[in-house]
Amino acid sequence: MIDTEALSCQELVELVTEYLEGALGERDLRAFEEHLAHCDGCTEYLEQIRATIRVVGSLTPNDLTQAAETALLKAFRDWKRS
Amino acid sequence: MTLPDDELVAALRAGDEAAFAAVVRDWHSGLLRVARIFTPSRAVAEEVVQETWLRVLGALDRFEGRSSLKTWVFRILVNTAKTRAQRESRSIPFSALHDPARVPEAAVDPDRFLADDHPHHPGGWESPPRELPEDRLIASETRAVIERAIEGLPASQRAVISLRDIEGWSSDEVRNALDLSEVNQRVLLHRARARVRQALEDYLTPENA
Repeated sequence: MIDTEALSCQELVELVTEYLEGALGERDLRAFEEHLAHCDGCTEYLEQIRATIRVVGSLTPNDLTQAAETALLKAFRDWKRS
Repeated sequence: MTLPDDELVAALRAGDEAAFAAVVRDWHSGLLRVARIFTPSRAVAEEVVQETWLRVLGALDRFEGRSSLKTWVFRILVNTAKTRAQRESRSIPFSALHDPARVPEAAVDPDRFLADDHPHHPGGWESPPRELPEDRLIASETRAVIERAIEGLPASQRAVISLRDIEGWSSDEVRNALDLSEVNQRVLLHRARARVRQALEDYLTPENA
């Protein structure tokens, strides 16, 4: 929490998604990385966003139920015949 | 494993049941998540997905390939879901999906930062996040907390984070399926991740909350 001139912590947390998406312009990117290099709080925040993405990514997609699949395949066969 | 688009369309038109079954399975989770934006429950969303595939089959001969098949199917899903929601006269905040940037929302509670006129660190952390215990991060209880946090998000945020981070879609795929601008897709993702992170922090380092 040293370099507060260019970008405050409160401003940095709002840029995290743009940073991770590679959408920051050159100047913002430089300010972002310079801030991170000196700020434990923001480094931890970014780490927690990355942890969030990892845990969300470990959730399971919704599976198609057997009944729904059977109904759709029947509909497909009917459609084929029509 | 999904075939290239032209082969897939040809296979479906030729009545290839295996190709149909594969695509129905592959896209199901994403279809369900988008349907949930417009529907009150998972059960209704499942019905909307079924109805969508029937409409897709009915319209397949008219598919011209101007978008990808996937985008086309998701457009039909959104229309089906909206029609269904209107029929059941539920009001859906479409505007929130199309211009979320108009409604400001902070990623982190402003009270956790020092005031703008603080002499040394204006806008700096007053209550910074603390390191999360890595071993508990991967516990199934933690996943349950995260699942509940996602379930509690506004519908459009829930759809975007689910498609991006659970289903692994690219931002372009999400934008096309939901007809969102690049900025709005990112705003929704940003808010969703910020809220889920907060839930994670509240659960794992409650002394900080």
